[in-house]
Amino acid sequence: MLDADFFRRWMTATAASVDREAERLTALDSPIGDADHGSNLQRGFNAVTAALEKEAPRTPGAVLTLAGRQLISTVGGASGPLYGTLLRRTGKALGEAGEVSEDQFAQALRAGVDAVMTLGGATPGDKTMIDALVPAVDALGDGFTAARAAAEEGALATTPLQARKGRASYLGERSIGHQDPGATSSALLIAGLAEAHGE
Amino acid sequence: MSDEQDGGRVVGIVLVSHSAQVAASVAELAQGLAGGGSAVPVAPAGGTEGGELGTSAELIAAAAASVDRGAGVAVLTDLGSAVLTVKALLAEGDELPDNTRLVDAPFVEGAVAAVVTASTGADLAAVEAAATEAYAYRKT
Repeated sequence: MLDADFFRRWMTATAASVDREAERLTALDSPIGDADHGSNLQRGFNAVTAALEKEAPRTPGAVLTLAGRQLISTVGGASGPLYGTLLRRTGKALGEAGEVSEDQFAQALRAGVDAVMTLGGATPGDKTMIDALVPAVDALGDGFTAARAAAEEGALATTPLQARKGRASYLGERSIGHQDPGATSSALLIAGLAEAHGE
Repeated sequence: MSDEQDGGRVVGIVLVSHSAQVAASVAELAQGLAGGGSAVPVAPAGGTEGGELGTSAELIAAAAASVDRGAGVAVLTDLGSAVLTVKALLAEGDELPDNTRLVDAPFVEGAVAAVVTASTGADLAAVEAAATEAYAYRKT
């Protein structure tokens, strides 16, 4: 079973990896974006960890809805509402239980990913965060380590794609050959799950 | 029942841009073209709270609250995170005034159409329709 502390560790682990990888995320965002992805997410996840420390939510659902709210408020770029919606919708789907099973979490995360697709209008293959998140959710039934591998593979597989959503889509064929920064940060988020689970 | 008959309540307009200057200038332009006597509340929500390019959920929520006169609030945006942030706030249900609507419209032309229409005492649906109709105006 996964308790509130697990979800807090997930957020803390993600904040730490976003800190470590901020420069790389921003570098990936330079040729095809506006070179702010790393710093935006860093600001957002720092706010998440600060809010979790201050408010100490007691259920898995409350941890994720608070985290999502912070991301929507503080990121300042499109990744704010997208990651914010992912976490809030996942948190709402978890309800008010004090502990949730891995299966319940996998279902909730799928609801979160579906909400992101509805909000941003992206589908798999558009060279977005969805290309890491959908394979991760599909693999979650085999455990967190499998989900991490699927997300990383999905992020790497965005390189040859042409962007069809967001600012990168204005670049047309010139977006080909660059790994998508949103898929890359999504892989960090999923890796944080395995880390929080001690894998 | 029109809003004029309904105690003269007027639709509020929020203009969300990645740039504080763009949002403020479009607000000024739209109010100027609506005529000096326009009583339409228009609030810009541009850039981040730190004054950089981007979108701030807090500035959007504050702007919407500031123009809410009880007849609804029409929100116009430029692109990307401005659109997504407003949609995310609307999806949460409690962050924006009741009867706040994201209007699908070109930012500058839609803002002018929205403010002019709101200044006639039109309701939110009419303001939205006028702003969206601005897409139909071809320039060549």
